[in-house]
Amino acid sequence: MSAAAVMDRQVNVWQNKLKSNIKVAGSGSPVVFLHGAGGLVWDQFLDTLARRHTVYAPEFPGTTPGDPDAIAQIDNLWDLVLYYDELLGSLVSGPVPVIGHSFGAMLAAELAAHHYDRVSKLVLMCPIGLWREDVPIPNWMIAPPEDLPNLLLSDAKGPLAQQMFGGEPQPEMQIKMIWSMACTGKFIWPIPDKGLKKRIHRIHAPTLVLWGRQDRLVPVAYAQEFAGRIAGAKVELIDRAGHLLTAEHPARVAETIENFLSAG
Amino acid sequence: MYISTFHLMPHRELPGDFEKRYPSVWVTPPFHELADARRIGQFYNWTLDELTAAARAGSDGICTNEHHQNAYGFMPSPNLMGAALARETNGLDCAIVQIGASLPGTQPPIRIAEEYAMLDSISGGRLVAGMPLGTPMDINISYGITPLEQRERYREAHDLIVKAWTAKEVFPWNGKYFQLPMVNIWPRPVQQPHPPVWIPGSGSASTFYYAAEHNYCYCFLSYFGYKSVSRPVRDKYWEVCAEKGRDENPHRMGFLQLVGVSETDEQAEKDYARHVEYFYHKCLHIPPNWLGIPGHNDYNATVNALTKSAVGRNFAALKEKKYKDFLEDRYVVCGSPATVRGQLKDLCQTLRVGNLMVLLHIGSMPHELTLKNIRLFFEEVAPALRPMWADYENLWWPAGLRRKVAQEAMA
Repeated sequence: MSAAAVMDRQVNVWQNKLKSNIKVAGSGSPVVFLHGAGGLVWDQFLDTLARRHTVYAPEFPGTTPGDPDAIAQIDNLWDLVLYYDELLGSLVSGPVPVIGHSFGAMLAAELAAHHYDRVSKLVLMCPIGLWREDVPIPNWMIAPPEDLPNLLLSDAKGPLAQQMFGGEPQPEMQIKMIWSMACTGKFIWPIPDKGLKKRIHRIHAPTLVLWGRQDRLVPVAYAQEFAGRIAGAKVELIDRAGHLLTAEHPARVAETIENFLSAG
Repeated sequence: MYISTFHLMPHRELPGDFEKRYPSVWVTPPFHELADARRIGQFYNWTLDELTAAARAGSDGICTNEHHQNAYGFMPSPNLMGAALARETNGLDCAIVQIGASLPGTQPPIRIAEEYAMLDSISGGRLVAGMPLGTPMDINISYGITPLEQRERYREAHDLIVKAWTAKEVFPWNGKYFQLPMVNIWPRPVQQPHPPVWIPGSGSASTFYYAAEHNYCYCFLSYFGYKSVSRPVRDKYWEVCAEKGRDENPHRMGFLQLVGVSETDEQAEKDYARHVEYFYHKCLHIPPNWLGIPGHNDYNATVNALTKSAVGRNFAALKEKKYKDFLEDRYVVCGSPATVRGQLKDLCQTLRVGNLMVLLHIGSMPHELTLKNIRLFFEEVAPALRPMWADYENLWWPAGLRRKVAQEAMA
């Protein structure tokens, strides 16, 4: 199966102060994907989703190449949620499934809690946003670089780890990732607990909470924290998967999501 | 040339294997394992004594700065030290250079306007008002300020402080980071419209622009000497000054240098080698990624740091260097009075520096040796440097302490 053709679409929003870039691919019913703190990477997981859906993957403000200062237009989480609400409204009419990963999953949860009618179904892949004193989440913006393979992947020494972290660092990739962490970090520094626990009960969309069993960045103990606060939420745990579960098991994660989206 | 004596107030007695046993000198070193509160009290008092001794020996200024949660230099409140020093040096022609209280970490920032005005009052108009951005370890990690907001927060705090010093009427402040209904600080500075402002930095171009646009003195705080790293900084800084229509008055630039003076070069090695190595190996034992926490640098500086800057490489190489390397690369200027005079003149000429800051207490140096260094520096070295740049007025110095500009320039 060949990869989907990925197009860039620009939309002017937020009093025309932001030109948002959205990567779009595939055909079929729409789904929205919100990426994590490391930035948007169009990968095999999104390709797989795009076989049955039109996938809209907005780039977080500031992370679009050539427009790093766009982030200055969004001051706080309240702005951010309304901005995404506005952006999704300009992409699709009516409720749409929203799939988020990590930081993007926190954002998806905030969006669903804020605006019931925007989100038809919600998929939260290892979201941040809640905090347990007994299970602190390491701050990846200050973690030693040599710890990242272990924090992010189930197998810190496997082929994927070699591929992602093994070679000489590429400055262009490093800059992209650092700036993406800078922009997303604006809304979660220094502890990713910005009050979602007070708002999460407002989520009415059917929700799937997906987690890698070996997630050492946001431990799997948080799966029940989320599911227990969202009425009717289902939890699925993926074996031999860490925080970057979509990179480790693209087909399996996409299939699990597909089953959830297609169920009545 | 105006020479100020800088002090970091480091832990002087870290264990010999500190850098092998502990991951960092900043944020994580356990106080109770590594320090004794009474002994630390002695270090604070020695620090005050050493800076006072420098003022009495003829130092033009004495400098303290702010850092948090570390053993490298722990004056969390430089203004507490500044208050003691202002009082102690009344009657001396010595500036109180607060280099200083960190703007983004002080809430509300009019606290700095108030404390600096107090220091200017107590000292009778001898204050230099440093306005530092703060390191990522201090401001982002220790004080929890969002990295991406640090610079914008800094700029707003600066504007508020200057307005709080100068406004004649009570005013409301409706900022993005700070909102205050009625600002009317007491006291106001003795120096009018406000004390001279110095901006310390570590070579980021956005800070050059900020200093040049506001007509402030930029102080380059580098520990990598003036031979290699500092030249691109000098070139860029003076280029920015020219771009912004500023003149070439060397007092627009400050530079910090580690200095050790002894009777001979050989004696200097005996006196200072282990303290220099202690400083570079232990006091700068910082995880390199903390110097570039995402968002602490703006986008251009992030790109620059990953593509051009040598700071990361320099930090990584420190542990392998010994005294002779630090001397050879001019990270430190140590030796006989003649050696130190020659190298510092070369430094100030090369970088076009009119406000030299010297670190005369280095790392683990004991009190007596520090006093010797201070005495020799101000007796044998400083007099030879003072005539430099005498034809330029130091406009970034308290007016009451400025020396007359040399006659040839006046003619």
